[in-house]
Amino acid sequence: MLIACTLLAAAGCSTTATDPRDPFEGYNRAMQSFNDFADDAVLKPVSRGYKAVAPEPLRNMVRNFFANIEDLPIGLNNMLQGKFLDGWTDWMRFVFNTTFGVFGINDIASEMGLEKHNEDFGQTFGRWGLGDGPYFVMPLLGPKTVRDTAGWVFDFSVDPLSEIRPIAARNTAYTVRFISWRTDLLGASTMFEEAALDRYVFLRDAYLQRRRSLVYDGNPPRPPRPQELQE
Amino acid sequence: MTRWIACTALALAAIAVQAQSALTPPDELVKAVMLEVADIIAKDKDIQGGDRAKTIAMIEEKALPHFNFVGMTALAVGPSWQKATPEQKKRLMEEFRDLLVRTYASSLTVFREQNFDFRPLRMKPTDTDVTVLVRVLQPGSQPVNIEYDMEKTTRGWKVYDVRVAGISLVVNYRTEFANVVRDNGIDGLISTLAAKNKTLASASTSAATSTPAAAKK
Repeated sequence: MLIACTLLAAAGCSTTATDPRDPFEGYNRAMQSFNDFADDAVLKPVSRGYKAVAPEPLRNMVRNFFANIEDLPIGLNNMLQGKFLDGWTDWMRFVFNTTFGVFGINDIASEMGLEKHNEDFGQTFGRWGLGDGPYFVMPLLGPKTVRDTAGWVFDFSVDPLSEIRPIAARNTAYTVRFISWRTDLLGASTMFEEAALDRYVFLRDAYLQRRRSLVYDGNPPRPPRPQELQE
Repeated sequence: MTRWIACTALALAAIAVQAQSALTPPDELVKAVMLEVADIIAKDKDIQGGDRAKTIAMIEEKALPHFNFVGMTALAVGPSWQKATPEQKKRLMEEFRDLLVRTYASSLTVFREQNFDFRPLRMKPTDTDVTVLVRVLQPGSQPVNIEYDMEKTTRGWKVYDVRVAGISLVVNYRTEFANVVRDNGIDGLISTLAAKNKTLASASTSAATSTPAAAKK
């Protein structure tokens, strides 16, 4: 009874906790407002500045450089999911791009037909059968689920950038990677703002759809189309 | 009388056969339309410069005829669709179409380098519901999948859902629409969509009128 009351109280802090996927809606909305504030105040201006200062070829090199390093943990996750050929491809990409691609700034592996993948521990856990868990907005990092937050802890621990020393250099690498990532999303975030009636709901549902698609490598099982809705 | 019926049946069959042969296969249709749109964008400086009105007009002319907006709206609205009156359905469809066209127009600016990989569709002649896959290849990133769910109609293959990177816009609106309908009914949803479109339209016209002026300076 006491537990039930506590749960009710926790649910009570959310405005309209009607979605079973999102029991922490109250907290999540507050955290997203904070993230939006930080985004508007710092990240967006910095990203626009980066876009204005760095010409596109340079930005491509920066993106490729970090994407190349990321192929190592991506390969690890493919291996953990039993997709050995994909994992092998990821590591071969790293070898070719690091050498012939000059420290990864040129993605020559893609031109060779070695396709880049998108994997992380959240997807690996999903592949192993773990459900999403409740939706959860992380401070600064934004939309996650409880499963993907746990995955992120693992991602973080195997992140090759975390090995960089001194600490100041490592933090600079983290920052540049983050800004490069945010700059690529400038167009998408504008689109989201235009498309959504309720941006919080829109972003949440898009995130959940996207993750589901990624866990199934782009081919999630789809429910049949409701017949009565056809024209 | 029997002769008349026979003639009519024959005529109808002829029309059906003609329509059948005139149907462009769904994957070829997608390819032709996407390449045409990409070509227009590549040549049109106004569209590249962010002229929203011109972009929307281009989409309405080139892409819109291949969409089944009634089906898309029905999917997005969900079970409440059945309870809507014909007039409400029409209004919902018009407002949702406007919103999707605007979103589509702004999405055209998102992709950096467009290098399409049109996947050939393996389909049986009897198939009436297929998914056409186009991949957008971008160096340094995983290819982005664009999937078109299409159904066969007498007027050709029509798109009833689009997924970009696994995200269906139609599905994405389902929760939002359900929330508005729950709180304010179907008319509430119509007015919410209309208000949203109005805001977007005024924002884009003010941007369109200010951009050329700024460019002249």
